[in-house]
Amino acid sequence: MAAPATPATEPETLEDASFLRDTLRAFRKNRMAMVGLAFVVLLVLGAIFAPWVSPHDPYRVALDEQLLPMSHTYWLGTDNFGRDVLTRILYGARISLMVGIVPSLVSLTIGTVLGILSGYLGGKTDFVVMRLADMMIAFPSLLLAMVVMYTLGANLLNIFLALALVGWASVARVVRSQTLALREKEFIEAARANGTARATIMFAHIFPNVVPTLIVLFSLSIPEAIMWESSLSFLGVGVQPPEASWGLLVAKGKEYIFQAPSVAIAPGIAILLTVMAFNFIGDGLRDALDPSMKD
Amino acid sequence: MGRADPILSVRGLSTAFSGDRGNVTVLDDVSFEVGRGQIVGLVGESGSGKSMTALSLMGLVPQPQGRVSAREILLDGVDLARLDGAGMRRIRGGEMAMVFQEPMTSLNPVRKVWEQVGEPLAIHQGLGRREIRARVLEMFELVGIPEPKSRLDAYPHQLSGGLRQRAMIAMGLICEPKLLIADEPTTALDVTTQAQILQLMRDLRDRVGTSIIMITHDLGVIAEMCDVVNVMYAGQIVEQADVFDLFERPAHPYTRGLLASIPRANEPRAGRRMPSIPGMVPNLAKLPPGCRFAPRCGDAMPLCTRAPELAALGAGRSARCWLHAPDAAQPLEEMP
Repeated sequence: MAAPATPATEPETLEDASFLRDTLRAFRKNRMAMVGLAFVVLLVLGAIFAPWVSPHDPYRVALDEQLLPMSHTYWLGTDNFGRDVLTRILYGARISLMVGIVPSLVSLTIGTVLGILSGYLGGKTDFVVMRLADMMIAFPSLLLAMVVMYTLGANLLNIFLALALVGWASVARVVRSQTLALREKEFIEAARANGTARATIMFAHIFPNVVPTLIVLFSLSIPEAIMWESSLSFLGVGVQPPEASWGLLVAKGKEYIFQAPSVAIAPGIAILLTVMAFNFIGDGLRDALDPSMKD
Repeated sequence: MGRADPILSVRGLSTAFSGDRGNVTVLDDVSFEVGRGQIVGLVGESGSGKSMTALSLMGLVPQPQGRVSAREILLDGVDLARLDGAGMRRIRGGEMAMVFQEPMTSLNPVRKVWEQVGEPLAIHQGLGRREIRARVLEMFELVGIPEPKSRLDAYPHQLSGGLRQRAMIAMGLICEPKLLIADEPTTALDVTTQAQILQLMRDLRDRVGTSIIMITHDLGVIAEMCDVVNVMYAGQIVEQADVFDLFERPAHPYTRGLLASIPRANEPRAGRRMPSIPGMVPNLAKLPPGCRFAPRCGDAMPLCTRAPELAALGAGRSARCWLHAPDAAQPLEEMP
């Protein structure tokens, strides 16, 4: 037989892995980001395992235990139907986190693709996309979301749809303006001088430069989406009682703010902490992804 | 000098931009050749059309405002003027590559150097990542990047300007193009680095045999690097000559003006202003009638209100000036 051809393979420490490693190392060094991440992880675990974490039933009405103050049994007190506030916050986290993350991801994806296409191709594409975005932004978005919810029915999937529909336009605008600036850069011209195809330029050269902005937009749009959901729920077209979402909890609890402040304030604090946690994570990620911050 | 079979032959290249205030012709009937293994200079002031010539050859003129037309642009027998977008994309970076002026901004800040330098290989030769990495390492050694192995995974900001320009040259040469267009490759570098980069490019020409178009406003670079020089003014070539002839006996008054404006260390001129060409490059939208240089020319005469042709003067030289027209008064030899 022929001699065993053993190609001189260099160890598989290839670049992508090391980029990820660099990013993770930089992220881990950021204390605030790690605190934010820990909080979000705890919250997600609490939401998923709510039935095991909490001894109470979030839907059980106990009219003899209305608006109880904080105690050993009810850590954050009870609401006007005698339901445990902490348990309802944990169950509400399921909906609020999903409403915060899923539509943001959808509108970010749509907005990024359309924004880059619009900014890089220009001409008719740009005109059509931007006029569409103008329409979306000019139309009162709460009204638009309500119309969607009324016509399609009030359920979670339609909330996602309504929020994504409302959110993509502003993302597309930001990404487009960044693309406009980036495409005049010499490294884009250098890429064109290499014979790089347009699609490759848009998504291998321009996109990575937009990522830091996207992360910031993402961490900003999560609280925004949570707020949107609470507005819709408050108006009665969002999450329907007895389901719990943080916005709904605040909205319902505010009626008893003087008798039992924790009913409204506790879910409010949950929103605040979550928003802050996502912001810390966003900042940490943005810094970690910027190659010039890694040294 | 391989004139018989040039690697690049440009005939009648014109580029115009249409804007709000009508059309502006930025390149007017540019014709020149690049011999195999030659370094050909394009020299002129800012706005003379040097860089636009490069972009027009590469097919990188901004669309749809810019319109490029040419009778022919023969790159080793292939007429680029007849290629469509996809055809030009195959040429760019493969057969013909370009090095830009600003090494600081010519590399994408968020991508590793080797990925960018090796990108033409992925596009034109479809190589896999490991092969590309090996080839980039070879190129880094060729262009004299110290510790090439450790630079592969660097990000652009971790390299100095000189190293980045070396990386850009490596990127330009990685597919072994027939022609490399260097657009002011040393303008943004300090003098020491500049000399090293020029030395490198000359070495590479000698070793790899790539022909080079060297675009610069620096006559020192021209003298050091080029075999043949094209002097450009207001979108036209006004003089073509062998580099020695050009410096010995400049034919066009503009070339003479340029040469006279070079500051010389060995001529004490205390208290005297540096010589310069009076006036400014004309606005391309409002060109003077006739010779475009006439308003700034010391030798202007009534005939200059008619546009001169680029006329051959023998020995591979030509100039766009009535002084050298066959029926003009003075033959070349009697020029001061």
